Amino acid sequence: MFYGLGLGLRVIVCVKHAVNVAELRVDAETGKVEVAAAPKKMSDIDKNAVEEAVRIKEKTKCEVIAVSLGGEDAKLTLREALAMGADSAYLISDESLKDLDTLTHSYVLAKAIEKIGNYDLILCGEASIDGFTGLMGPRIAEWLGLPHIAYVKKLEVSENEIIAERDLEDCVEVVKAKVPALITVTRGINEPRIPSIMGIMAASKKPLTIWKLEDLELKADDVASISAVSVLEVKAPKIVRKGIIIEGETPEEIAEKLVEALIKEGIIS
Amino acid sequence: MSEILVYSEKTEVALELLGKGAEISSKINAKLTVAVLGVNVSETAKTLAEYADKVYIVENEKLEKIETELYARVLKGLVEKFNPELILIGSTKRGKEIASRLSTKLKVGCIADAIELEFEEGKLLAKRIVYGGKAASLQTCRSKPLIVTVPPRVFEKASTARNGEIIKADIEVDEPLTTTVEVKVKEIPTVKLEEASVIVSGGRGVEKQEDFKMLEELASLLRGVVGCSRPIAEDRGWFTEWIGLSGKKVKPQLYIACGISGAIQHIAGMRDSKIVVAINKDPEAPIFSMADYGIIGDLYEIVPAIIEALKKKVKS
Repeated sequence: MFYGLGLGLRVIVCVKHAVNVAELRVDAETGKVEVAAAPKKMSDIDKNAVEEAVRIKEKTKCEVIAVSLGGEDAKLTLREALAMGADSAYLISDESLKDLDTLTHSYVLAKAIEKIGNYDLILCGEASIDGFTGLMGPRIAEWLGLPHIAYVKKLEVSENEIIAERDLEDCVEVVKAKVPALITVTRGINEPRIPSIMGIMAASKKPLTIWKLEDLELKADDVASISAVSVLEVKAPKIVRKGIIIEGETPEEIAEKLVEALIKEGIIS
Repeated sequence: MSEILVYSEKTEVALELLGKGAEISSKINAKLTVAVLGVNVSETAKTLAEYADKVYIVENEKLEKIETELYARVLKGLVEKFNPELILIGSTKRGKEIASRLSTKLKVGCIADAIELEFEEGKLLAKRIVYGGKAASLQTCRSKPLIVTVPPRVFEKASTARNGEIIKADIEVDEPLTTTVEVKVKEIPTVKLEEASVIVSGGRGVEKQEDFKMLEELASLLRGVVGCSRPIAEDRGWFTEWIGLSGKKVKPQLYIACGISGAIQHIAGMRDSKIVVAINKDPEAPIFSMADYGIIGDLYEIVPAIIEALKKKVKS
């Protein structure tokens, strides 16, 4: 239950240890995508979710628990969430979860959140930077039977309900929901803090628990049977850009050259 | 006979999905159906009936505002009643939420944001962009039904008349889990970014809001519109929409990026532009790798010079 300001509120924040797409190398000739070699980091928008959770904590003295599903390396992302101010973290890591779809992963995360229990609010990023399906948040809400409000750029929590402004293509909606509820946030909601040295030191002493499927009373075969979507191929598209750098003595000369080029392209006449 | 069910809260997008749906329906021998939810739906239903075999309407006061979970519940009712094997949903932000909740309710797979969609020997093949636009992923889904969401403007609108029947679907509508208390409509620019043939886009290199006037002048000389990267809209609040992974995806004939470094998330929104011009002080800015014409320089010098050069051209 939601106890209001300062009394036992528990916020769960879901974070993904995602492929750092900026550092991902692709071969434009062969189309090969070096996913396995790419560095990973906390998905950008999940950082906003952690920040929002920590800000709620600063106002309400609530407890913030970070949850992630991924390989052992996802501990790094969870440590970062702890350094930002989360109190404890859970990593659901099981070899059998690899290559399963969002339906399955959301189910396992929902089971973990159920086991943690007593939550008032679940925060997620609107989508992860690598997959960017935007499906996870609402899916987790559905498994848990909760209302969700997605694409939130402003959030207010009060006694037993939340009011959120959500940013859609053609409008901003103000939406209310009773807690417990799930929120997905946009990058516009806040500016995530950079963890302090103190925060980083404190994080190493905070509890980080790793759960396997059996800890959630789940069987690998049952879980795998839920998964419906499979990836057949991942390939880099060929980028055909001219890559001409226009140089000149003066801005005027450069501008003239550009205009000439655009006329040749048939863009301007 | 099996069915394909189309849903989008945007009529335009529903028509595009019916366009693709028509192609698939002849391939897998299925009826093409579309759902319309809300209040006063008869006009929309008539429009869509032209291009579908059946239109299912669910009219209820509780559906006046789009509470996405409730919409998903109603669509679940339709799915259980009519057993479509493929469900196509428009990938607007609301559409993705609906698809996400619906597919979880049905415990079936969902492929989000498909840009290509084929059936080969009864097997679905869908392509979607991943890793911020650096790669395309070919996926399949084995569940029945299966759900695919498709972004606006990916497929051509339906053009073959089917003159289908409109059916009032008897689906119970319960209370929503959320309450939308206010809808603030955004100011929509006269020319939509997605439709513009020329976009002059500004990024963090544009220091002040009034400096966008300069970009506007350039844009108007090229009969285009002004756009921006995410931080300009979301962090600085100078615009209501932006170009990028979490914003608009554009494909103009000419895209001029001014003071945009070219983060992968921005590239994802403009990579389909025909010709890209990049103006940036930093020669290392990643935008140059995505540019046909790169200018390493100060946009405050270069942009006015381009404006002058264009004016001279017009005079001569």
